[in-house]
Amino acid sequence: MADFFSSPLDHRLRKVPALVLLAALVALPWMLQAAGQDFYLGLATRVLIFGLAATSLNLVLGFGGLVSFGHAAFVGAGAYTVAILMQDGIASAWIAWPAAVLVSALLAAAIGAISLRTRGVYFIMITLAFAQMLYYVMTSLKAYGGEDGLSLMSKSLVAEAVDLGDERTFYLLTLAVCALAFLFVQRLLNARFGHTLQGLRENETRMAAIGFPVFRYRLAAFVLAGALAGVAGVLLVNQSGFVSPSLLDWHQSGLLLMMVILGGVGHLYGGLAGAAIFLLLEELLSGYTTHWKFVLGLVLLAVVLLAPNGVMSFRRRR
Amino acid sequence: MTGILVLEQSLNGLQFGLMLFLLAAGLTLVFGIMDMINLAHGSLYMVGAYLIAAASLASGSFWLGLVAGVAGTALFGVLLETTVLRRLYERDHLSQVLGTFAILLMCNEGVRWIWGSQPMTLNPPPALSGPVELLPGFSYPAFRLLVIATGLLVAGGLWVLVTRTRLGMQVRAGASDREMALAMGVNVRRLFTAVFGLGAALCAVAGGMLGPLLAVQVGMGENILILAFVVIVIGGIGSVRGAFIGALLIGVIDTAARALLPPLLERLAGPAAASDVAPALASILIYVLMAAVLFWKPQGLFPSHG
Repeated sequence: MADFFSSPLDHRLRKVPALVLLAALVALPWMLQAAGQDFYLGLATRVLIFGLAATSLNLVLGFGGLVSFGHAAFVGAGAYTVAILMQDGIASAWIAWPAAVLVSALLAAAIGAISLRTRGVYFIMITLAFAQMLYYVMTSLKAYGGEDGLSLMSKSLVAEAVDLGDERTFYLLTLAVCALAFLFVQRLLNARFGHTLQGLRENETRMAAIGFPVFRYRLAAFVLAGALAGVAGVLLVNQSGFVSPSLLDWHQSGLLLMMVILGGVGHLYGGLAGAAIFLLLEELLSGYTTHWKFVLGLVLLAVVLLAPNGVMSFRRRR
Repeated sequence: MTGILVLEQSLNGLQFGLMLFLLAAGLTLVFGIMDMINLAHGSLYMVGAYLIAAASLASGSFWLGLVAGVAGTALFGVLLETTVLRRLYERDHLSQVLGTFAILLMCNEGVRWIWGSQPMTLNPPPALSGPVELLPGFSYPAFRLLVIATGLLVAGGLWVLVTRTRLGMQVRAGASDREMALAMGVNVRRLFTAVFGLGAALCAVAGGMLGPLLAVQVGMGENILILAFVVIVIGGIGSVRGAFIGALLIGVIDTAARALLPPLLERLAGPAAASDVAPALASILIYVLMAAVLFWKPQGLFPSHG
């Protein structure tokens, strides 16, 4: 995979493999139907959604060098905004979805503005603290389901002709959204902004000395990542038709971190690969034993201990 | 009447704070000396509580169970350190998060495998199951008094160990500057196995003491793990004194908020708002405190690293 990189700060999308992957993903529903495995389309949709969430985390974690342990908060904020607006009678995707992304971005701006004053382990803990606050807020808001969560009355309304209740339609829409988001992240990383962000990861002091506003760049990345996580939340709540505080739990943030680490920190495809590995492993193992989490832990531990450089090109920072 | 309420809640807060300290002490030393994020620390607390509950059930005595469970957990901790965690010290924080999260998953599932999904009951010793009259008109559960006494005793013992013994000196040296301690001939590796075993034993003591008050169940270690992290971050990583003060602060504030906020809000904003907002506000308060501390003192209250 090393040939993906022409410069250490560049993350070129090689056209042929990317288009082959995209074509395969577009054809997937029909391939599954031909194989009589329609059941797996839902799983594929989940992989894409979590791949998007993990990719957005990778933006701050892998390319920005910031270990954010509260990323589930932004996914949850997006999901809750859609669900709450739906409960208040606004089902249109054209209003609810941008609103959800805006809420996630604003939340990320507020949390980032405070958290980015700290470094290292303290940053890990303060982002975790903010996510926990949101978790407890949603747990106690009885009007929005409290601990039991909130069910969607219907899927978001995109247009008369588009029925998100249809699994294939929803998968294709998810794929389109995720592909656009992925392309956006890729372009961002190769732009001056992305190079600056990665420069800050490598040497913050030097970047500050040559005049880059460190805090502003990091905050911008944090807000963008929050907004993209909000998009994932929008898709997730539409897929499951349900949102509950457990989506905001620190376990969820831990799982997103896990996906990024498994897939490849600072690797363009890291988030996507990690989500795919994780969710497929979960699916596979839960078919064999009820104690699949034990085996999952064992596999994760083996990856950490035996493959220090991770599943894909797992670059060590510092 | 309010005086008694305040007294009772202060005792509850003190008791919770002391138990938090038992967890935070081990966590902050691991963190301070080896710069290691251990998400599996709460699992030691859970394993301790389960071992104590199982040993108590088998032997019919709470005390025998406590001793056997604490010893078993210390052994488990040492085994975990020598087989797995030792390999993670030199790695970055991300690998440590992944590795210890994996152990956390395995511990949860392992416990469920062995003891089932139903919570286990751990009964306090019969002699301590009743209340004790501390002041005229004020009684307090005897077992909770034992928890406070145990917490004070262990915290005191730990203080003596850390400040008055050679081992403690090495621990402090390792926490404030590991390279220098290594250069001065401290066997950090062996020291750390000892610290880890001690930390596991402290977790088990907390598990045995809180087990009869809360439920012994899968996942019990996780909420308290987050609280322990909050404690050491507020106190300053690597500082045992910071962990102590942070733990008491969190214990008292959390307990007081849970007890005092609902009546207060009810008076201010009516019962509906109180039942809705008070629990959230109480849960959030410690995180607000943590964010505020880090905002003004990004290294915590008692930074141990220069």
